[in-house]
Amino acid sequence: MALVLSEDQQLLKDAARNFCQQSSPLSVLRGLRDSKDEAGFDAAIWKQMLELGWAGMAVPEAYGGFQFGYGGLGVVLEETGRTLTSSPLISTVLIGATAVNELGSEQQKASLLPAIVGGELLISLALDEHNFHKPSHIETTATPTSDGFELNGNKTFVLDGHVAKKFIVVARSSGNRESKEGISLFLVDSGSTGVTVTRTLMVDSRNAAKISLDKVAVTEADVLGELDKGFVGLDGVLDIARIGLAAEMLGSIREVFERILEYLKQREQFGVLIGSFQGLQHRAANMYSEIELCKSVVRAALSALDDSDKSRQEIAELASIAKAKLSEVFMLVSNEGIQMHGGIGMTDEFDIGFFLKRARVAQQFLGDASFHRDRYASLKNF
Amino acid sequence: MSSQQDFRAATRQWLESNCPESMRTPMVQDEIVWGGRNPSFKNPDGKLWMERMAERGWTCPTWPTEYGGGGLSKDESVVLRQELARINARPALTSFGIGMLGPALLEYGSHAQKLEHIPKIVRGEIRWCQGYSEPGSGSDLASLNTKAELQDEHYIINGSKVWTSYADKADWIFCLVRTDFDVPKHSGISFILFDMASEGISTNPIQLISGSSPFCETFFQDVRVPAANLVGRLNEGWTIAKRLLQHERTMISSFGLASGQSDRGGTTSTVASVEGAAMHYRGDKDRLSDPVLRDEIAQFKIDSEAFAYTSQRSIEESRQGQGPNATSSMLKNYGCELNKRRYELLLKAIGSQGLGWEGEGFADDELQLTREWLRSKGNSIEGGTSEVQLNVIAKRVLGLPDILSINKK
Repeated sequence: MALVLSEDQQLLKDAARNFCQQSSPLSVLRGLRDSKDEAGFDAAIWKQMLELGWAGMAVPEAYGGFQFGYGGLGVVLEETGRTLTSSPLISTVLIGATAVNELGSEQQKASLLPAIVGGELLISLALDEHNFHKPSHIETTATPTSDGFELNGNKTFVLDGHVAKKFIVVARSSGNRESKEGISLFLVDSGSTGVTVTRTLMVDSRNAAKISLDKVAVTEADVLGELDKGFVGLDGVLDIARIGLAAEMLGSIREVFERILEYLKQREQFGVLIGSFQGLQHRAANMYSEIELCKSVVRAALSALDDSDKSRQEIAELASIAKAKLSEVFMLVSNEGIQMHGGIGMTDEFDIGFFLKRARVAQQFLGDASFHRDRYASLKNF
Repeated sequence: MSSQQDFRAATRQWLESNCPESMRTPMVQDEIVWGGRNPSFKNPDGKLWMERMAERGWTCPTWPTEYGGGGLSKDESVVLRQELARINARPALTSFGIGMLGPALLEYGSHAQKLEHIPKIVRGEIRWCQGYSEPGSGSDLASLNTKAELQDEHYIINGSKVWTSYADKADWIFCLVRTDFDVPKHSGISFILFDMASEGISTNPIQLISGSSPFCETFFQDVRVPAANLVGRLNEGWTIAKRLLQHERTMISSFGLASGQSDRGGTTSTVASVEGAAMHYRGDKDRLSDPVLRDEIAQFKIDSEAFAYTSQRSIEESRQGQGPNATSSMLKNYGCELNKRRYELLLKAIGSQGLGWEGEGFADDELQLTREWLRSKGNSIEGGTSEVQLNVIAKRVLGLPDILSINKK
């Protein structure tokens, strides 16, 4: 398993970095927030990202993608994490395209994936129903009708839900509400009768929505994957998403840490640079060590996704290791980001607060550290 | 690529026919092979295994064949390590010569010094100890005071060292001595090798909180050492000392690595893995019944796996660059803290059966755990304290300003 980037991945990373730093710096997110932008992301920047091929990074060539692997998508996500770029990259590319590619029929893949790669389709997973990530706990129902199913229920924390054209709705077609059996996935047009979308303004200024489904009619052709047996496939998609999200978090963590170091080397108090104080040095050195571990698990997890020899169990373990570890360290580093900058860190004018806000959303999305420690323990049979 | 596959096949075959069966079982403390002039082999297979490996130079696989090493490339040595791990082979030879002195001598020693000492390290004929710390020079190692004065082609050495691991069992010592008292402390240190059988050396074992005595106080009174035994240049020993410390840290950080593989490593079956022990002692079947401990163990194991990936990444990266670097401080620090966490968790896993000191009422592996837990406290002190490692990271890796040099100005 390669834990260092290949030459191609390094080139891609450098290019992604240049693009993000120049075309999509943090001031873009600040502007979107301040202007209460309706889309919540910059369409012109998204268009450029599409031109760079980012939406097709992990999509097979047969469906218009570039087959650069999750390792490729991962380094791009890492760089967007540095600038906190708000775009449909996570909702539509990392999660939506992955779900269609992993679970879809030939016909579904052929009609949806090229549209995602080309940017015509924004598609988002509607999974969570409560305040806590618990993917098998599904109360939204799918009741059989004469020509398909009727969906009823409520979804929350649906990324880019207010602009998505399609949702992948996780619903219960049988079984009780805690069971992993009886879960099915449905493709639902956001304009369907009975779908109500309410945009929720989150603390990180990124986009999410609550969705209510009231007698929404879907056909059998809209089932993504196997009826009643959707959980295993969903879990696999979620693991890819968790690893990709961990890569984005890694970029944010590294950016905060570099900003901290820079400040420690320029801020003077008591007549010396504050970076000379051992009380701060040891905290910085501890953060550095934790970040080195984060880099390793993200690389290991991404390269496992592109390695066909890896078992489902190994990927699941790596996903939980990565999401647990990155969530803990993002918490640590984002808190220190504020504390080590002192008063200036508390001001809205200064950027560091954006990372703190993003940290908590990213930590909770797709399962926080304690969710993944619990999952890891179960995977390891204890 | 195919030559590497050939190498793997040949290695596997050789190991199959040459590694004795009893050397494929987990290592037992008193069967570790240290070599030396008067080696002890509690298990005769240990001798056989060491000699067979040494003959091929595979006790030091990447060292040059010119000096008896295996002459393997880094990739080949990775294959060898993997093949050894595959059959759970014990280390054929453990020594400070391999882990610390050898690499430094290969880098800084003269041809004659390498010829004299390296082959004996490879073959386990000389057991080395390290003369670094002194009673007044712990973390501030460079303040050391052991004196070496030149008199007719010999250095006369006076002073004392402390925490000298196995000084009472070692044949030779690599030692830091002060050769100039009139210059800044780092600039008057030299690195010298001498025979522990020389006149004027005495050692005194120190009993630790764990009850064992692996460390000694070592005293030098007018010890005469040939001037040719000085390594590198006079008064430039600090550079070698630091380099050697990096090797030492890499060696010690493998303790943490071992704890990451607790399922395989460890001491005995009951306490080999933390979660296994916790469930065994509670009579749990599928799930650890203490949810708080379960969470703590999961966090520990996640950190251990992340650490193992980091060590592996550091090897992959060093294959592109040169030997250990400042990240060795990070690995040393993190690995030692992990190992300490592991023992604290084992105590929690086992409860009061893990608190026995000696005698009846406890199994041998339970008593051993108590002692190992106490011994683990030294991990973050020896080889440079965790605090010193954090200082090194802050200064060398992160480039933060040095408060000590600011104070001096």
